[in-house]
Amino acid sequence: MDIFLQQIVNGLVQGSIYALVALGYTMVYGIMGLINFAHGEVVMIGTLVTITVAGSLINAGMPVALAGMAGLGASMLICMALGWGLERIAYRPLRNAPRLTPLITAIGMSIVLQNLAMMIWGRNYLTFPPLLPKVNFELAGAHFTAIQVFIVVVSGGTMAGLLALIYRTKLGMAMRATAQNPAVASLMGVNINRVIAAAFVIGSALGALAGVMVGTYYEIAHYQMGFMLGLKAFTAAVLGGIGNLAGAMLGGVLLGIIEALGAGYIGDLTGGFLGSHYQDIFAFVVLIVVLMFKPSGLFGEKTGDRA
Amino acid sequence: MSKWLNPRSAFGITLIAVALLGLPFVAAMGGQAWVRILDFAILYVFLALGLNIVVGYAGLLDLGYIAFYAVGAYTWALLASPHFGLHLPIWAILPIGAALACLAGVLLGSPTLKLRGDYLAIVTLGFGEIVRIFMNNLNAPVNITNGPQGITLIDPVAFGDFKFSGNTQLFGLTLSGPMKYYYLLVALAILVVIINLRLQNSRIGRAWQAIREDEIAAKAVGINTRNIKLLAFAMGASFGGIAGGVFAAMQGFVSPESFSLMESIMILAMVVLGGMGHIPGVILGAVLLSILPEALRYGVGPIQMALFGKMMVDPESLRMLVFGLALVLVMRFKPAGLWPSPERKRELSEKRTEGKA
Repeated sequence: MDIFLQQIVNGLVQGSIYALVALGYTMVYGIMGLINFAHGEVVMIGTLVTITVAGSLINAGMPVALAGMAGLGASMLICMALGWGLERIAYRPLRNAPRLTPLITAIGMSIVLQNLAMMIWGRNYLTFPPLLPKVNFELAGAHFTAIQVFIVVVSGGTMAGLLALIYRTKLGMAMRATAQNPAVASLMGVNINRVIAAAFVIGSALGALAGVMVGTYYEIAHYQMGFMLGLKAFTAAVLGGIGNLAGAMLGGVLLGIIEALGAGYIGDLTGGFLGSHYQDIFAFVVLIVVLMFKPSGLFGEKTGDRA
Repeated sequence: MSKWLNPRSAFGITLIAVALLGLPFVAAMGGQAWVRILDFAILYVFLALGLNIVVGYAGLLDLGYIAFYAVGAYTWALLASPHFGLHLPIWAILPIGAALACLAGVLLGSPTLKLRGDYLAIVTLGFGEIVRIFMNNLNAPVNITNGPQGITLIDPVAFGDFKFSGNTQLFGLTLSGPMKYYYLLVALAILVVIINLRLQNSRIGRAWQAIREDEIAAKAVGINTRNIKLLAFAMGASFGGIAGGVFAAMQGFVSPESFSLMESIMILAMVVLGGMGHIPGVILGAVLLSILPEALRYGVGPIQMALFGKMMVDPESLRMLVFGLALVLVMRFKPAGLWPSPERKRELSEKRTEGKA
C-alpha cells in the first residue's frame, strides 16, 4: 500500500510536468492542426537557459530564491521569443501548404534547435542548481519533497490561470473562435495571425515553466532531454483528446500516474518477466488501447472525418 | 508499355542503366566508404518507396515505419547468425522476414486504422517505440535479442557459394563487398519501382488514392476502406521487412540503436521532401537526404578549417544543423516537395488562386 501511494505521488508530479508541456502541443494543434514537434526542444532550451542564468547569478552571490526567479523569468522570455519566432519564420509561410509540409518543417526545426543547444551548452549532462530547499514530508506513508509539492501546486495554479484566460478573456474567445473556424473568425474581426502567435507564445511560456520544473526535479539537463519529454507530452495530449485543454491536463496527469504505477508493479504482474525498464512502453500501450475504444481520445469531441 | 519502345525513352533507359552500373566504380575511386554510402542511399530509396505506398498513395501518416524494418532486420539476424546457431539460406529468411513484418503491419493496423490522420500518426509512433524498447530489453530472462549490445557476426547475403561479402574477381574486375551489395540493392530497388508503378494505376492504387482524397466518398462508391487501408499497411510493412533483412546482412550487425524514431522520421522526410506519391520525387528525396549528411560530414570540417583556420564548432552538430535547416528551407520554398507529381502541383496552384479570390 505504501508503494502504491508513493507511486501515485511520483506519478502526479511527473504528470503535472507532462500536462504543462501537453498544453503547448494541444493549443497549437487545436488552432492550426499542426503537431509542433519542436515544442519539446523549447522545453529543453527553457531548462538550459535557467541553468546558465540562475547558475551564474548564484555564483555571483545572489540569494538562491532571487536567482531562481530571475532564471525562470529569463527562460520564459527566451522561450516565448523562440515560440514566436518559430511561428513567424517557419510555420506562417506554410499555412496553405499540404498537410505534411509543416510537420517536416517542425522536425527540421527540432533538429536545428537540438544541435544549436549542443553547440551552446555542449554534449555533456549539466547539473541544475538547487533552487528549492530539500525538505521531506511524510503523509500516510508516502514521502514527498518540497520540490514535488511546488511542482504540483504551481502547475495546478498555472493551468487554472490558462483556463481562465481561454474561457474568460477576449483573447481566449478569439482563440476558441479560430480553433472552430479560422475563416469565419477572421470575418468576425479576429486577427488570426495574432491569435496563432499568441498560442505559440503562451505554449512556449508554459514549456519554459515545465523545463524549470524538470530541471529542479531531476537536477540534471541535457540537450537531448526535450525529445522524449515532448513525445510523452504529445502522447498525453492525444490521450486526453488533442485540441482539448482540459483533456491535455487530465491526459498528462493520468499518463504520469499510469507510468509510475506501471513501473512500480510490472515486475510483480508479470512474475519478474518484464522489469521496470519497460516503463517507457506504458505510455504508448495505454495510448493504443484508449484510442482503440475512444478514437478521439478520452475527452476529445467527436468530429466528422472531414472538416 | 508501347512508350518504352520509342527510341528516345530507350536511349534514356540505356543511359540510366549505364550510369547505375558504372556508379560504384566512380564512387570506389573515393574509397569504399563512398560505395557504402551509395548502398545506403539505395536502401533508403527502397524504404522510402515502401513508405510511399502507405503515406503517398493511401494517405496514412505512419511515424513508426522503422518498426517493420527492425522486424525484418532482427528476423535475419536471428535466423542467420551464431546467436541461435541458425544459418538459414536467403530464400528462406527473406520471405519469413517479409511475412513477419507484414503480420506486424496487420496487427498494428487492424485495431487502429479507423483513427483519423494525426491520431494514427501518434499510434504508429508509439508502436515503433514499443518495438524498439522490446528489442532493447529482450535479453532477460530469456536472451532473444541480446539487448543493447545487438547481434553480431550475421551471415552475409549468399546465393549458394556466391557470397556478397569480401572481394570477387569477375571478368577481370575486382568487385568489393559493398559493390556487390550495391548491385543487389539496385536490382531490388528497380523491382520496387516497378511494383510501385504498376500499383499506381491499378484498381488497388486508385482505391488508395480515392481514400486519400476523401474517405467517405470512397466508402460510398463501394470501396472496402478498411481492407484496402490494411493492404497498404501490410504492403508497406513487407517492403520494410525485406529492406531490414538486407540491412542486417550488409552490416553484419544489428542493434536497437539503428531503429530509433529519428529513422522513421527521416524516411518520412524523404517521402515528403521529394514529393509524396510521385516515384521520381521519392527517389530524389531518398538519395538527397541520405547522401547530404554524409557529404556534409566530409565538407563541414575542411570548410571551417579553410575559413577560420581552426574548428569553430563541433562539425558533427554543425552537420546536423545544416541538415535541419535544409529541411526547413526546402519545405518553405517547395511546399509540395522538390519534384511533385504534375497533378498535385496543379491542385496546389488551384488552391492558391481559390484562396486569393
